[in-house]
Amino acid sequence: MTTHALSDTSVMLGRSVRHVTRSLDTIITVTIMPIAFLLLFRYVFGGAIETGTDNYVNYLMPGILLIAIASGITYTAYRLFMDLQRGIFERFHSMPIARSSVLWGHVLTSLVSNGISVVVILLSGLVIGFRSSAGPLAWLAVAGILGLFTLALTWVAVIPGLTASTVDGAAAFSYPIVFLPFVSSAFVPTETMPGPVRAFAENQPVTSIVNSIRALLEQQPVGTEIWTALAWCTGILVVAYALAMRAYRRKIG
Amino acid sequence: MISVSGLHKSYSELHVLRGVDFEVTAGSIFALLGSNGAGKTTILRILATLLKPDGGTATVNGFDVVSQPAEVRESISLTGQFAAVDEILTGRENLILIGRLRRVDDPKGTADDLLARFGLAEAAGRRVATYSGGMRRRLDIAMSLIGTPPVIFLDEPTTGLDPEGRIEVWQVIQQLADSGTTVFLTTQYLEEAEKLADRIAILHQGTIIVSGTLAELRELLPPASVEYVERQPTLEEIFLAIVKEQR
Repeated sequence: MTTHALSDTSVMLGRSVRHVTRSLDTIITVTIMPIAFLLLFRYVFGGAIETGTDNYVNYLMPGILLIAIASGITYTAYRLFMDLQRGIFERFHSMPIARSSVLWGHVLTSLVSNGISVVVILLSGLVIGFRSSAGPLAWLAVAGILGLFTLALTWVAVIPGLTASTVDGAAAFSYPIVFLPFVSSAFVPTETMPGPVRAFAENQPVTSIVNSIRALLEQQPVGTEIWTALAWCTGILVVAYALAMRAYRRKIG
Repeated sequence: MISVSGLHKSYSELHVLRGVDFEVTAGSIFALLGSNGAGKTTILRILATLLKPDGGTATVNGFDVVSQPAEVRESISLTGQFAAVDEILTGRENLILIGRLRRVDDPKGTADDLLARFGLAEAAGRRVATYSGGMRRRLDIAMSLIGTPPVIFLDEPTTGLDPEGRIEVWQVIQQLADSGTTVFLTTQYLEEAEKLADRIAILHQGTIIVSGTLAELRELLPPASVEYVERQPTLEEIFLAIVKEQR
């Protein structure tokens, strides 16, 4: 059964990745907004923002990557919603396959497509002055955090994908997530914010993730912040997965 | 091949199935008739292990749909009301996808055979999004044949098709039954049941009110009286004759 689950999941992954490569505009749509923010903050607002670093692009990069992932996962909700609408979801469920492969195919595809987006943005960053002296291990750690973050948010996206009644509803959930980095340490130091806002900014998941990635890229010690970041990602992952499985069981009766 | 007894299903307040019984013999075409909302799709979804019944039993190919769903899924294929095909993939890729999932020996060869058989060879490399309704339905049915399951469920297979598309689908269904596959179809077109089905059952208000062969159903009504009526061609006959001439 487990070997079936693996081979079925890889068939489903192949199908869904083909959806991504057939509509490369989705990668462009996902990356264009973060790149626009990157340019906006680098060349318009950046001059007036005091972060205490000499390279503001380096400062921006982690937050920009999180925004890209937060908008990228919308497509998982969209693709899942379309599968349900078109009846192919039911076709798969009436077939002798591992049922888990139906959702995992979409989830793994999200990791692949968001990975591509992240690389595209990093390359664009290089053009406008992003530099990092981090070694392979630090980069591996950054990839690990971003992967975990993507996995957690993708399971969040599965919930509206399964339960939404309109395609707009399936996509709307991501707006608040895309907005979170703006009220965090992603663009400005939290010390400049008024009390309650600062309290929120310092205690929401994005700040710890941004600070950890920034420290890794700048070869600074990550301190305890990385544990906070990992705890947030794992916590979101566990809760989202449980809710998604509940929605799934309801869906298949 | 399919055996259903005392099937019950409710959706909160709505009691859709109130004790449904019927039998389908192997290699036959069985048509389930009923108005919209009569519960035809509900029965089909229960038989295809997509929905659990509230009461009663149903077996397909000797396997219980509740306690042996995996074995039932090995024995069946479901073609839903709306052609469940992947629009972004090509026709050929759709068939290969199902072939891989059903673990057939040669997914590509199987796909090419089916494409030729269903008149889709020319369109094989095109995305399904560009297909007509009839082509999609043919592809949908072709996908159901992969792995040659002994039982095929067709939920309103010709709804939304033009007359030519409908006739094509009818031919496919007839060929299936001729090759020994058990076909269970739901329809709201009485003509379709009359043309295809070996046995017909009518679902009304949650139960099967009559079932039997067409001849048996005819006996339920008073014997035919002979009347002389001038026979005008039907619009369908006119349509098909003209379309054929144009080719």
